[in-house]
Amino acid sequence: MSTQELQIPLPREITTEPRRSDKIFRGVVTIGGLSSLVLLGLIALFLGYRGFEVLRQEGIGFITHSDWSISTDDAGNVIDSHFGLAAMLVGTILCSLIAVVIALPISVFSALFLNFYAPEWLKKFLITVIDMMAAFPSILFGIWGFLVLMPSIEYWAKLLHRYLGFIPIFDMQVPVFTRSPFVAGVVLSIMIIPIITSVSREIFSQAPLDRIQAAYALGATRWAMIKAVVIPHGRSGVIGGAMLGLGRAMGETVAVFTVLNIVFQINWEMLLGAGGNVASLIILKFGDASPYEIKALMAAGLVLFLLTLLVNGLANLIVKTTGKSGR
Amino acid sequence: MSNIDSAIPTKPWRASNRERLTDISIFLGAFISSYVFVALTPMKGKLAYFAVFFIAYALFTSIFKARQRGSAAAKDALVNSLVAIGAVVTVIPVFSILLTVLRKGLPGISFGLFTHDMALASPTDPLNNGGLLHAITGTLTLVAIALVLSVPIGILTALYLTEIKGSFKGPIRFLVQAMSGVPSIVAGLFILSAVLYPITKAYSGLMGALALTILMIPTIARTSEEVLNLIPNELREAGTALGGTQWRTVAMIVLPAAKSGLTTAIILGVARIAGETAPILLLTGGGDTVNPNAFNGPMGSLPYYIWKSFNAGSPEAITRAWAGLLVLIGLVLILFTSARLLGSRKAAK
Repeated sequence: MSTQELQIPLPREITTEPRRSDKIFRGVVTIGGLSSLVLLGLIALFLGYRGFEVLRQEGIGFITHSDWSISTDDAGNVIDSHFGLAAMLVGTILCSLIAVVIALPISVFSALFLNFYAPEWLKKFLITVIDMMAAFPSILFGIWGFLVLMPSIEYWAKLLHRYLGFIPIFDMQVPVFTRSPFVAGVVLSIMIIPIITSVSREIFSQAPLDRIQAAYALGATRWAMIKAVVIPHGRSGVIGGAMLGLGRAMGETVAVFTVLNIVFQINWEMLLGAGGNVASLIILKFGDASPYEIKALMAAGLVLFLLTLLVNGLANLIVKTTGKSGR
Repeated sequence: MSNIDSAIPTKPWRASNRERLTDISIFLGAFISSYVFVALTPMKGKLAYFAVFFIAYALFTSIFKARQRGSAAAKDALVNSLVAIGAVVTVIPVFSILLTVLRKGLPGISFGLFTHDMALASPTDPLNNGGLLHAITGTLTLVAIALVLSVPIGILTALYLTEIKGSFKGPIRFLVQAMSGVPSIVAGLFILSAVLYPITKAYSGLMGALALTILMIPTIARTSEEVLNLIPNELREAGTALGGTQWRTVAMIVLPAAKSGLTTAIILGVARIAGETAPILLLTGGGDTVNPNAFNGPMGSLPYYIWKSFNAGSPEAITRAWAGLLVLIGLVLILFTSARLLGSRKAAK
């Protein structure tokens, strides 16, 4: 027997310590993963840093006053300046609310259609079209809205004013219908319909199949089934989708700038041709702004950034919690 | 037994002739009433026909169903027509946009458009002067730089979320989603304040590309994350079982398996930024000549060209804008379709 010649292998050392290549890999990936955090932080930091001087000078008036004026002497020194975003903030909120109010029912109905009514081929086709619409550049919506859509929206605005003028929101003192927040709202609604539709479609498609079948087995019509099963399941998800749309509408720049008449006056009359939008203000004033006014624009950008971050964050939170709960 | 063989199977769900007749007559009724309504009242225009037709159709069907089967069926019929209206209203703008761009853009498209720039022409000149060569090369340069910068960051973010699953996974996923909602103008202002004013002090293509990078990262990261999540875990386990380190497993198994999905993610990212206008207006300076150097001098791009022509206002300039939009949307549609094809081919495998 040659047992003595066999070497008994030593027990290997077992370790969970990753190799050096893995350590490098993990380090690189983690740094890459943290980039979004860093970028978002830097955006807030730099806009705040540039806008700090203006923010300190204007104080709370930066978001409560609505005049935007700056006067300089011949040497370019600032003599007097007033920067207030109130009119622009009101306009931003008004336009995006109009957009969501118009887009929400349309999107929910088309999401229901896609999930529960459309035959398979039509569903595929429509989903492609809607995704494609989400990829259209905003300048396209702006120019199309201005040249093609605006005449008909103006016409419908006149009808609203004439027949529903007794409702305060459709009332106005001076009948100027061109380039109103209503027009901007309709253009924005077309831009956010794809977002709200695809979020709602996703949520609706997660509605529990057993309950859908149970509802049908009890003799429910399609609408009765939707009302009893799909809507309770998807309600908060749809709200989240609407808020995502709201966030997108608030930050939209070029499309709104093209169709909206920007006026530095708080205006809640949605049919009147005078409105505002923080993002459009930046484009409008950037071209011939003095260094000090640029700082004010940076501060305006910071306000817009924080506003959209808040709305988007809330929306994502809502969508995420409903997606997980899977009731 | 034999009468079972000879019995014709009945299809009770199929519409009988009578039901078909009522459907058609309701449709016709709605059609006629829309014409009558538009003729008799001050409401005018194509949209009026649509609106009245749909309202009338919804009303007629629900009244008919109410008489036939009671209120539950009536509500069902009403919602039936409402969801159909929702779907139609959703897609009308797409077709209107595509048709308008084709109709108004085609007259402005010529061969010279792709071989000349605007160095010796202004937007209001006759259409055969100048072209958008500088805009096309500019947009391609911007997209190329943005790609080089954002693809590694985007894919690394996705890898962090799917492979490392570190302790920041939740917050980072949240932040990436929040980042996809950052308005494009804010990205432009950020580059303006953080890079252009303190460092380079001049407009250039690079500045625009940096802003586009910020907008592109979340799109790539989110889509890649979804794709990487679809890679079966068995593949990763197989890699580890063969003695591969995590780095080798990811680089040689996971990423190759997800290749077409990642390409889709990148293409979607490009489609997202190709037409982005606001940061371009702030940062690139919008030159009129072909500028191959992205680091120096103003750089034209399609959105800037469209914007400038549109604001020039004369009929020739507007036609130029539409032609530019046609080229831009052609680019976006090509990208979008190739992303779709890649995606569906992968799904079919």
